Amino acid sequence: MNGTYAIVGVGETPVGKVPEWSKTGLALLAAKRAIEDAGMNHKEIDGVLTSQMGGTFIYSLEVATLLGIQPRYTTVMELGGATSVCMAQQAMAAIDAGLCETVLCIHAQKQQTGPTRPRHTPPVDRGFDEFDRPFGHPGAIAVHAMAAQRHMYEYGTPNVAFGNIAMAMRKHASLNANAQRREPMTLDDYWASRWVVEPFRLLDCCQVSDGAGAFIVTSADRAKDLRKAPIYIAGYGQFHPHRFISDQHADATRLGAHISGPDAFRRAGITPKDIDVAELYDCFTYVVLSELEDYGFCEKGEGAEFVQDGQIEIGGRLPVNTHGGLLSQGHVEGMLHVVEGVRQLRGGEVEPKRQVPGARRALVSGHGGQMSTHGTLILSRDEP
Amino acid sequence: MNTKRPLPRPDEDSEVFWEGCRAEELRMQECSECHTLRFRPRPVCPECLSDQFKWTPVSGKGRVYTFGVVRSGVLPSFREEVPYVLALIDLEEGPRMTSRIVGCEPEAVEIGMSVRVLFEALDDTISLPYFCPQ
Repeated sequence: MNGTYAIVGVGETPVGKVPEWSKTGLALLAAKRAIEDAGMNHKEIDGVLTSQMGGTFIYSLEVATLLGIQPRYTTVMELGGATSVCMAQQAMAAIDAGLCETVLCIHAQKQQTGPTRPRHTPPVDRGFDEFDRPFGHPGAIAVHAMAAQRHMYEYGTPNVAFGNIAMAMRKHASLNANAQRREPMTLDDYWASRWVVEPFRLLDCCQVSDGAGAFIVTSADRAKDLRKAPIYIAGYGQFHPHRFISDQHADATRLGAHISGPDAFRRAGITPKDIDVAELYDCFTYVVLSELEDYGFCEKGEGAEFVQDGQIEIGGRLPVNTHGGLLSQGHVEGMLHVVEGVRQLRGGEVEPKRQVPGARRALVSGHGGQMSTHGTLILSRDEP
Repeated sequence: MNTKRPLPRPDEDSEVFWEGCRAEELRMQECSECHTLRFRPRPVCPECLSDQFKWTPVSGKGRVYTFGVVRSGVLPSFREEVPYVLALIDLEEGPRMTSRIVGCEPEAVEIGMSVRVLFEALDDTISLPYFCPQ
């Protein structure tokens, strides 16, 4: 891209059970908070991106209209858990192309409570369902469990690695006032949790949540006039290796991060050693382990060692998911990973115990589908 | 909640595959130009983009690429069947497919294990290709 871009506002709603707000209501609340955080007038926003959020027709414009915004640029994006990270990149590209100047990106979901919660098992369709679900394939959990099994086979990764990841996320969530699961978790709790799809136990799985988040992207020039210090997008990348893990070319032990990561580091002109905090998409514990390897924070196969002894906790070598992640804060499709990355770099915006002191650079990842989509952002306090 | 077992809904691309399963024959598409075998059925070759292909029977032999043991009734339709083993099978001829390993205890399943196809009739038109130890 020709220009330099920054995230200038972030918003987050309550997460967990939020019965009093509809899905669209949560989207509007997150947007309002992001706009106020940026110190903008909402009429200045001329780009709106939303995730699909259930498939309502032209949903991004529905949300824009309800916010009183008539955008020059809007579209719905659907990349599963990579959507939020990829929305930031789409926003940059749209601004760089001159389509608009300031883009509001929103994701909301209602999985726990209320009439807007999805109630039906999806119908058997082509694609995912026809060659998976009739066999009793429950979806994402089985895909990731099978990937973990293969990783264990190739690298001797022990189950305790997954338990260590679950405990670290819970520890961080316990410090976050807006987290769904704040009660402490021990390794004994982990071993006692029931199998769902072996090698995954219940505590290897993310939360099911109501909640929403939003962020605003604009040019570095525009960002300088706004309320908060801009957090620059110093590096970015995407790689989407396959839709189905049953594709014969799919490598179950590697994520798209092995391409999107190096692309992002190259664009930022830094290496994994320069990252102070990582907000890594964590629909299941194993994914964090694979990301640590695929991003080059450690060698392939060494993830289990990397997550030992509190090394991914605040105060450790690389604090991961300082908000508690999908595993313990709540599942808002990775949107709150972006929000948290920005807040960590601004400094002083989260509970002091979960602030990574002096953090200047964050890596934020998104990951979706059957290990299908992957996106990377490298955020920086310093203008690139 | 609908607890009826979900059945495949064959379409233009997949009906020959499912007819084959009904006849207890595992069929894959073979590209007429580059001869690559492919699975999930589709009218265009992902290697050379030729739209010419033929359906060809494969051996039904393969190996377990990886697997997971479903021990909880995540899907209501399958609650009565747990535990069962979901697996990715690499066929000898190349394609990979999702299936189930039957005919042995879940604890006996290993990555790399040799397996062969067998067919389980679910109704008058649909049979699923499962795999069992060879």
